Parts: sequence; C-alpha cells; structure tokens
Amino acid sequence: MLPDNLREYAVAVAVEAFDAEAVKGGKYDRNELTLEIAPGKIASVCGFLKFDQAFVRLSTVTAVDRYPAEPRFEVVYHLHSVEHNARVRLKCLVRGEDPVIESVTGVWRGANWYEREVFDLFGIQFIGHPDLRRIMLPDDWEGHPLRKDYPITGSRV
Amino acid sequence: MSDTGQIVVEGEVQAGPRRMVLNMGPQHPSTHGVLRLMLELDGETVVKCAPDIGFLHTGIEKEFEVKTYQQGVTLTDRVDYLAPLSNNLGYCLAAEKLLGLEIPPQAQWMRVMLTELTRLNSHLVWLGTHALDIGAMSVFLYCFREREDILRIFEMFSGQRMMTSYFRIGGLALEPPRGWYARVRKFMDVFPSRIDEYENLLTNNPIWIGRTQGVGFISLEDMLDLGVTGPMLRAAGLKIDARKSEPYSSYEKFDFEVPTSERNDVFGRYQVRVEEMRQSTRIIRQAMDGMPAGPWKADAPHVVLPDREKMKTQMEALIYHFKIVTEGFRVPEGEVYQVVESPRGELGFYMVSDGTTHPYRVHMRTPSFGNLQATGKMAEGTLIADVIASIGSMDFVLGDTDR
Repeated sequence: MLPDNLREYAVAVAVEAFDAEAVKGGKYDRNELTLEIAPGKIASVCGFLKFDQAFVRLSTVTAVDRYPAEPRFEVVYHLHSVEHNARVRLKCLVRGEDPVIESVTGVWRGANWYEREVFDLFGIQFIGHPDLRRIMLPDDWEGHPLRKDYPITGSRV
Repeated sequence: MSDTGQIVVEGEVQAGPRRMVLNMGPQHPSTHGVLRLMLELDGETVVKCAPDIGFLHTGIEKEFEVKTYQQGVTLTDRVDYLAPLSNNLGYCLAAEKLLGLEIPPQAQWMRVMLTELTRLNSHLVWLGTHALDIGAMSVFLYCFREREDILRIFEMFSGQRMMTSYFRIGGLALEPPRGWYARVRKFMDVFPSRIDEYENLLTNNPIWIGRTQGVGFISLEDMLDLGVTGPMLRAAGLKIDARKSEPYSSYEKFDFEVPTSERNDVFGRYQVRVEEMRQSTRIIRQAMDGMPAGPWKADAPHVVLPDREKMKTQMEALIYHFKIVTEGFRVPEGEVYQVVESPRGELGFYMVSDGTTHPYRVHMRTPSFGNLQATGKMAEGTLIADVIASIGSMDFVLGDTDR
C-alpha cells in the first residue's frame, strides 16, 4: 500500500497504478523519495520505471545489513531519470536466512557488476544473474565482509 | 585460480582454433593501476574483452562503519586519489544533509574553487598519461609541470599534496594561509595559455588524430544502460552534469558552460575534457573575484570544533571540544543519497545513519566503477592497439573502482 502522504508524487502513484501489490510502503525524507517494493516484483517495477517513466539510468545497487533485525537485508536501488532530472530510491527487504532476490540485469546490463558486488560483500543471491561471481574479493574468500556480524579485526587461524 | 590451478576466465573468453587469449595486466603501464583485461583475440582484432577488477579492494566501505563521521573524511581521499577534494565534498555534503546543516557562503565558494582545482589536477593527469599511452611523450611532461603547481597550492592550505582531507563536516578545516590567493591567481594567469600549449601539441597533430578519431565508439544507449557517467556521456552529446542539474555548494551561482561533443570517440572525449579545464578556470576566477566574506564554519557547536581561542575562555567550547574529539557527534536517523560531479562523472554517497556517532552504512557510487563496466562493449571488434586508446579515454582510477 502506498502511504497517503506520497500521493502527491507522480512516480509513486504511477508505480502503484502499474502494480498495486508491488508497493509495500515508502517515505519522502530530506527531498528524497523512497519506495519499498516487494522483492518478487523488483524486476518488473524497474522495467516499468525504465521504459514508461524514463528512469533510464540505474545509478547504483547496494545493500544495508540490519542485523539482528528480520528481514535482515535491505537491497537498495538508486534510479535516475535524465529527462525529468529526478531520482527515486527503491528498497526491498530480504530475509537473513539464505537471502535471495530477483536480478535486474534484464532491465539494465549495468546492474551486473553492482549485483556481483552485493553478492560478494553481503552474500545475497540474485536470481537470473548471468554471471554471479565474487568481484572484489578472491574466489576462495570465506564470508561476506559488509555483513554486520563479520569481524572487523583479527586474523584467520 | 580454480581448484585445479587453471586460470578462470570470465564468461566466454576462451582460446579456440583461430583465437588466442591475451592477459593484459594487472601490471601493465597503460591500465593506470591494477586493472586486468582478458582479451580474446582473432589476429589483432578483439573478439571479447572481459575486465577483471578488485585488486585494489581495501574495504573502505566497511571501515566507514567503525570511524566517526569526521574521521570518515580521511578515508574518502584514498578512494579516488586523483580527485580527493571531490570525494571530501560528496561525503561532507551527505553528512550535512543528514544533519540539516547550513554552510556559510564563504566556505561553499571555497569548496567550489577547490573542487575545480581538483578537476584541473585530475584532468591534467588524465591528459598526460593518456597521451603518453598513445605515444606523445612530451605532453606528459607539460601536464605534470602544471599539476605540480596545483599540488603545491594544495600543500599550502592543507599540508598535503594528495590526501588533503581539507573539508570538514560543517565547513573547512582552516583558513587558507596568507599569500594563498595570490598564488592561485598567479597560476590562473598562466594556465589558460598552458591549455593552448597542450592543444598545440595534440589537436592538429596527425598522429594524435589518427589514433583517436573514430576510435572507441560506444552508443549512448549502451552507455546509459551500462552505468557510464561524466565526460563520456557529454562526448556523446548528452548534456548531463550534476553541477547544473542538481546544483550543490552554490554551483548555481556560477556562470559556466557544460561542454559537449557529438563525436562520441576518443577524440571527442579529449575535446570535452580540455574544454572542461577552460570552464574550471572560469569558475575558479569567479570564485576568487566574488568570494563572500563571513565565517569558515557553520554555526553548529555540537558538530564543528570550536576555535582555539574560545576554548581558553569559554567552558561550553571546551566541553563541546571534548565531546566531539572523544565521542564524535550524533547524526539524526535517516538515509541520503548525495551526488557530486567528480572529474570522472557521477560520484554518489549513500549514507545511512542510525542516530549514533558512526555511520551505519556508507556506500560510494563511484564513477570509475560504472564507467569501467563499458570497457568490454567498447573494445569488442576493435584492434588491440585501440584498446589502449579506448581505456585511456575512459579516465578511471582503480582505487575509485575497487574501493
């Protein structure tokens, strides 16, 4: 459900009109619009935003670990419309146990490396990603450093 | 390396009857750092190009989480080490947006001036090394002569040539020293003629034209799709610049053009960046001539360190100083995405605060990472010698890519 205070923002209304079940919530804070999207709908919502709402650029994909809260991960997408000079942030909540989410590489090829980075550093799987491998760390690295339960100091024994 | 000790190559890069795989880098002079390119070649033609990154990954995003907000500024220098002040600015603006701080005009103008000097610095390194890759040795020496002047200017106000860490959340670290403006003015008086000098060496040089014109084409649609930003897009005719479209730090008060080119090749990118240097010179002059008077730091005693003099006479100043130094300052809960136009393109800071003195999460959307993703597409079907020209024209910094 789209919160009522977001009804004045055309993008938020358009996404709700496109797929009312996809929108789980949202907020407008510090001049930035955030929409919370159901993880299973993220690729179709991104496709809609790119092709119908002119959000041609995917600025970045990243994640936030809310450990020990559940659902643990937030996968965050920053979209940019050059034509309308507008930005929107999409957010999906993903469970901590065996986290998976749809890949948006089918919408933007540029999502490839960003999703690989999130996979590498957070351990979130992207379904439908063409080449999901570690990108920053060596292939035999254990663990995912940007998780909050990953130790900051110490050495492996 | 895989378990069997074979080198794992990305995707479909593999040798065949007519094909050979060439490993370029990570130690290669023209990759400007530790970039590894896997090239599948048919004769001299590149069939596939797969970049491999991560050799310079230092875990900076993790480190932000254990530093206080103020300490984080020093980490941003080390990401894109050719444009430290652009990174400082993006980070400070993001934190200031979370805090809701108002920065005094003089500090804002000073920030504009310094980030434009940084742009000159970065573009000079790019021009010098790019020309060197293609074989124009002398340009490199000229560019580094001027870069040296800029680094001395940096050293004068911050004490550091490269890792300046000069911006503070809430303003600037110090007032620039006496004689600093005169030094910048002197440099600015000669610099435009120096740009002409580089152009004399390159723009009509038949070898330069042969090596750059019609080389490194990639369509605008592909670039937008792959996440390319900055001068690469502008050289393809798209007038996109965060300084104009989402002005920050008073950029809207400055009069400058966003240069574009329709060429969409290595030469076009060269033209755009050289023109950008001219525009930066304009901005720096305007900033110097119209520098407003006023304080250097925001009026926010809980965030900004007090003056030394005040600490000796005012109890509150001493208490704030103690609190800021030992604990840091608390930042209200929330999340922001702050964009600045770095010399390479869109530099975004996604900062999440949970209300404590340390950032909960800082993600840097670095321009080099996005730009580098287009290397494969750009190199396909070109000659191997043109790969060098193409990647030089992208102007990436591997520290910026790998973070």
